[in-house]
Amino acid sequence: MASFQLNINNKKVTVDVAPDTPLLWVLRDELNLVGTKYGCGVAQCGACTVLINDRAVRSCTLPVSAVRDSKVVTIEGLSENGDHPVQQAWEEVDVPQCGYCQGGQILSAVALLKQKPKPTDEDIDAAMTNICRCGTYVRIRKAIHLASEKGGNG
Amino acid sequence: MKTLTKQPTAPKQTGASAISRRNFLRVSALTGGGMMLGFEMLAKAIPEVAADEVLFTPNAYLVIDPKGIVTLMAPNPEIGQGVKTALPMLLAEELDVDWKKVVVTQAPFDAVKYGNQSAGGSGAVRSRWESARKAGAIARHMLVAAAAQTWNVPVEECYTETGFVIHKPSGRKLNYGELTEKASAMPVPEKVTFKDPKDYKIIGKRIPNVDNKAIITGKPLYGIDTRREGMFFTLVARPPAFGKKLKSYDDSETLKVPGVKKVVRWDNVVAVLATNTWAAWKGRDALKLVYEDDSPLESTADHEAAFKKLIQHKADKPAREDGNAEQALAGAKKVIESVYEVPVVSHAPMEPINFFAHYKDGSCELYGPTQVPGRARADVAKALGIPEDKVTLGLPRQGGGFGRKLRTDNAVEAAMISKIAEAPIQMMWTREDDMQGDFYRPSSMFRYRAAIDENNELTGWYVIAAGLNNGRPAIAENFPAGSISNFRVDNHNLSSNIPTGPWRAPTHNSVAFAEQCFIDEIAHELKKDPVAFRLELLEKAKSLGLKINYNIPKFRGVIEKAAEMSNWGKNTPGRFKGFSAYFSFSTYVAEVAEVSVVNGKLKVHKVWAAVDCGQVVNLSGAENQVEGAIIDGLGHAWHTKLTFDKGAVVEKNFQTYKFMRLQDAPPEIEVKFIESHDSPTGLGEPGLPPIAAAVCNAIFAATGKRIRKLPFGEEI
Repeated sequence: MASFQLNINNKKVTVDVAPDTPLLWVLRDELNLVGTKYGCGVAQCGACTVLINDRAVRSCTLPVSAVRDSKVVTIEGLSENGDHPVQQAWEEVDVPQCGYCQGGQILSAVALLKQKPKPTDEDIDAAMTNICRCGTYVRIRKAIHLASEKGGNG
Repeated sequence: MKTLTKQPTAPKQTGASAISRRNFLRVSALTGGGMMLGFEMLAKAIPEVAADEVLFTPNAYLVIDPKGIVTLMAPNPEIGQGVKTALPMLLAEELDVDWKKVVVTQAPFDAVKYGNQSAGGSGAVRSRWESARKAGAIARHMLVAAAAQTWNVPVEECYTETGFVIHKPSGRKLNYGELTEKASAMPVPEKVTFKDPKDYKIIGKRIPNVDNKAIITGKPLYGIDTRREGMFFTLVARPPAFGKKLKSYDDSETLKVPGVKKVVRWDNVVAVLATNTWAAWKGRDALKLVYEDDSPLESTADHEAAFKKLIQHKADKPAREDGNAEQALAGAKKVIESVYEVPVVSHAPMEPINFFAHYKDGSCELYGPTQVPGRARADVAKALGIPEDKVTLGLPRQGGGFGRKLRTDNAVEAAMISKIAEAPIQMMWTREDDMQGDFYRPSSMFRYRAAIDENNELTGWYVIAAGLNNGRPAIAENFPAGSISNFRVDNHNLSSNIPTGPWRAPTHNSVAFAEQCFIDEIAHELKKDPVAFRLELLEKAKSLGLKINYNIPKFRGVIEKAAEMSNWGKNTPGRFKGFSAYFSFSTYVAEVAEVSVVNGKLKVHKVWAAVDCGQVVNLSGAENQVEGAIIDGLGHAWHTKLTFDKGAVVEKNFQTYKFMRLQDAPPEIEVKFIESHDSPTGLGEPGLPPIAAAVCNAIFAATGKRIRKLPFGEEI
């Protein structure tokens, strides 16, 4: 066990965990930030996506010891009132079905819009590799374009 | 439950109860889990209500408080199919309230109050269409009666408008909140009148998913998010193959892992209880497990070889026989013969298998994902050897179902581990556990033969099918049954120790691909347009008068609509279309896929779907279901298969078990519903079966290549 100081959602937190613990389980089990989801554990599905220094990262394979002083943002910390332009677009397009993957999808979209505020369909194809088992992809694409129109890079 | 009864003269059929807010919240709190959020919301919404003010609760489905806040219960489990939104919409419509002002909450599991609370067979809206509207209408009638009594006017002079009762002659109005006490004393009407569909303000409109805000902000909505005082994060080691059982285990290394607190065995499962998931994970990896063979270790290659033999054999008894298909084939000028194959796939819902269980002193508290709460409770009670009323079960939102959670193994396993370990646990399966521990969509193989006579007419159809643990892989009643005078269906079952079960649109999801592709093959052979050929078959069904299970005008309606929507018969250069139409769960769906194939690479540009599901309840949710079903069906046809090697799954996680990603999804899916006020029919599943054939028929149009085995993979 070792002590790690992390910057999560703009707050300094200290956790005492095994150094190889994936960030996902630190968030879920130690910090009770359960909006970050487990789906595959092998960085395939993206349900565990968080933002690290504004980039989308799959937290299920990232050891907590590698996080250091990076700025971590989880779905709970994306906006104060759930009104980030990407969240608004998700509501407006009524994207979710089961909803389980959507936190990860939203954060992937936020990272994309930071890089490319006006993404093309090809940009969306390349960036949005998260699995949605319910198949809400048509709406995800639509919501990203809408968020972009709203000035979605937050 | 203590209630304040304020109905001294109420006749015996009075079922309404008036309860104080204080009691209401207390009772609600006792029901635990999923209820809490809803009632916290309610409490927040009406902080100024005095504890002794009267709430109007004419039945278990709705509550109106003195401020007019309406709380509606969503009785069935939400697995992504949208019933937490759609069912309360039915209540709200007939209650006649402003949707924006209602609070929706998940009802607790209570079979006495809510009847069948399941999610399966595309049945929730279908089965509650009458009863949910009636629950709303009863309340509306009682509110009107209360207002009429207040004003001392005839009931007939009063009507409702979004949360108000209005006295027509005088224009006086009272909001529902002002009537809660009086309405509670009104007799429950035996007969109610429903709204005329043309007056609908909620049903048929686009209503966003009621949990959207909670979903997009990462709230703890799912069973896997359960956190309780003293709870252990629990992972399990399960047999590595079907046909193997646990012989012995050694947990000495496991118990050295910091955070691991306990290791217990139940049946073939070794459970590792720890203070966090990662410790349980490492502890599980450190177990030394010895397994022994218990039954044959089967492989997919064995199943395929057995299927190939079975489909050459006539069944002892046909599943359906009209005329004489064998004779028609023998006398045919030409016989078309094709074999279609569909693999095993896993449900793999995004939320992995999990359950919270706490067994203590002969009672058990459960909270977790299940499509069948009633069965889960019964199975857990039986396994624990306690009465059913000692088992409580909360209903969280679920991260997908697709049929996986029609089995209750997860609840039973968690409950038994909790009992043996004497601790509250949150049991979770890893994705690898889930891939190896599913009840899979059975594989199947179909051998079709069609007889063509000298007049270029289809005179006979004979399918011999085989399924893994599936005795009816070719559904005997399916179209084109009834449209061909010589028609025979033979089914063979191949028994296996690999467990199989219902997977979204069970059996339909496989047979639709095979028969809708084969119909396309016949149409091309006869040099007929695939749409015109289907319509011609429907005409024949009308004239032949054989037994059919489908409605000819409705089937025709969706076929013509999809053809019209897609401008069938006209192609954009370089793009090609394929057609498919299928009837399941009482719903008719026709789909057209537009594709291009360049250097062996498939692109699906657009899909059109025409759907007749009776009255649409939530237009946005309904479209979402059909879009999702199309992507689900297409993704599995394109990429997904599960292979067994000596009882073990080969594709152990998502690196090799391939799901559709956004880049392959059609950029556009256009869904149109046939306008109808018939009672709603199924919608969670019927959009899925037709799509594989629509795309494969389009691929044939583009390349001349017939796809007869799924998945068709990356290279066309």
